[in-house]
Amino acid sequence: MLGLNKKDTSLLLIVAGLALFAPFLLNPFPADSGLAQFNAGYPDLMQRFVIFGIFAIGFNILFGLTGYLSFGHAAFLGVGSYCVVWMYKLVDYNVIWGLPLAIVVSALFSLLIGFVSLRRSGIYFSILTLAFAQMSFNLAYSVLTPITNGETGLQVYSNDPQVLLGATEPNAPHLFGIVMNQSKTLSMGAWEFTFNNGYYFCAVILMVVFYLAIRIFRSPFGMMLRAVKTNQTRMNYTGLSPRPYTLAAFVISGMYAGLAGGLMAAMDPLAGAERMQWTASGEVVLMTILGGAGTLLGPVLGAGFIKYFENIFSKINDGVLHSWFSFLPDGMENLLVGIVHPFVGKGWHLTLGLLFMAVVIFLPGGLMEGGERLKKRFSKTPEVKDPEHRPEDKPHVAE
Amino acid sequence: MGILEVKGVGKRFGGLQALGDVNLSVEENSVHAIIGPNGAGKSTLLNCLVGKLIPDTGSVMFEGQSVLGRKPHEINQMGISRVFQTPEIFGDLSVLENVLIPCFAKRDGSFRMHAFESVSREGEMVDKAMAMLEDVNMADKKDMNSASMSRGDKRRLEMAMCLVQEPKLLLLDEPTAGMARADTNNTIDLLKEINEKRAITMAIIEHDMHVVFSLAERITVLAQGTPLVEDTPENIKGHPKVREAYLGESA
Repeated sequence: MLGLNKKDTSLLLIVAGLALFAPFLLNPFPADSGLAQFNAGYPDLMQRFVIFGIFAIGFNILFGLTGYLSFGHAAFLGVGSYCVVWMYKLVDYNVIWGLPLAIVVSALFSLLIGFVSLRRSGIYFSILTLAFAQMSFNLAYSVLTPITNGETGLQVYSNDPQVLLGATEPNAPHLFGIVMNQSKTLSMGAWEFTFNNGYYFCAVILMVVFYLAIRIFRSPFGMMLRAVKTNQTRMNYTGLSPRPYTLAAFVISGMYAGLAGGLMAAMDPLAGAERMQWTASGEVVLMTILGGAGTLLGPVLGAGFIKYFENIFSKINDGVLHSWFSFLPDGMENLLVGIVHPFVGKGWHLTLGLLFMAVVIFLPGGLMEGGERLKKRFSKTPEVKDPEHRPEDKPHVAE
Repeated sequence: MGILEVKGVGKRFGGLQALGDVNLSVEENSVHAIIGPNGAGKSTLLNCLVGKLIPDTGSVMFEGQSVLGRKPHEINQMGISRVFQTPEIFGDLSVLENVLIPCFAKRDGSFRMHAFESVSREGEMVDKAMAMLEDVNMADKKDMNSASMSRGDKRRLEMAMCLVQEPKLLLLDEPTAGMARADTNNTIDLLKEINEKRAITMAIIEHDMHVVFSLAERITVLAQGTPLVEDTPENIKGHPKVREAYLGESA
């Protein structure tokens, strides 16, 4: 289907299925039960899953394939957001103007940064991208205040031109009248499922960009990118120039990041400089490594994993902990709450750090490697081949 | 006029004159060996030929075109392939992919954004790569991870990667270094076959005299950065200057 082999088609269908049925899958607990706080099926969080999934898929094309670790991709995220909000201010609230612009501008921006940074490899490349991203952040935060509105963040004001704004047009981001922040709710017994327009808009885009990523992975171009990671000396002496390949990968991943940033602003018409900070760049590195760098599905899983735990752990406060441990004697209860307290609520980063360490130490290939190991343990015929990294077997002419 | 003409090439590293006035002519379809004791400048010379180093003086002409100032990948696209002392292959990739990459490099040049074609649909390229693997008896290993192979297999794979590009000149840097005698003999046979069947010109840098005398038609002896003699193997064997350079016999 669509030029994919059977395995890749099923991978695409899995992602499509997960994305389309996410409102059900992420809401397994009845709304009034104590476990409802573990539900993730509400619009804001689901949008974040998908947007960061797109961000991570793009980052993985650079990091997973070529091995160049960029610490500056958040800059493209921010650029994408600013583009979309500017289009709201100048044209109207239809996201159709802003998103293509976000992709184009972040492509140009990443071409510039990539052209300079890719003169070096390894740690020097990482530092160069980090420096560029911090420069972009500071530009957005203070120097370019007329464009970015500085620390307040860019938003739409009532005196903005909005030249195409019609009289009946919704006063929030929309796609030809489909308003992003509107939802439909379906109640089935104790369960409540929310279907949000913005989420489905992002999910469709996720499917498209995931499909594009599969095509890139399976193409000769993708093979060349893996060759860059493996042995640049051999590449040079095979008549291939690694630089344009890495630059192309850098620009593609920058475009993915710009699109993700644009979608953030499409969900919520705001753009702030903090989106460009290095912590955001670090987050996408974590997502990609946690899920499995160089695999197709890994970055999406990693993004979902981190965003889910960010949300769940940060919601658990002392009150919730006390209710969990209330069956224990008072002293024990306070002790346990005291022990768990630093790892939840505002301290959820501590838990994330521990989880990340555990994955990197015990599963260097990320969650995807964990899945592979489980599959091997439960299937009688162990699969020797790594399905991600091989072109499809082709019957030879002699056969 | 040879396919490769080296004239008056000199290279200095600080106070060390690594190469001084090297003249060399490699005839088409011949096997030309460059020998010499350690530090004679053999590797420096090779690096000057493939664009890794730029000589201070002199000229290097390949098929009448200068290679000086060109990058390694441009020189490869002119038709010069290089085999390294320790095999340089794409370790994370499968054996078949290792051979596919030079096929694409030959067809598409040094860069092409073929991001929406599929490797598995490039039947012609896959067939070409498979035929090459059959030639070096590695077809059964096509899905193996190339990093996990023995050194001898890696050497054969690297050779296949160079040959599939149908180079006009194949440069070999100590192709049998660190090999057991049996492997060395296999490599000699493989190289002989390549030279005869495919009519590929070869220039070999080698320490092992057994390899040199079994393969080469012409031999250049380098010592301290300058060529001592260039002659046929028979004449080199008994040459007093060569004995002197290798054994330190004073005249």
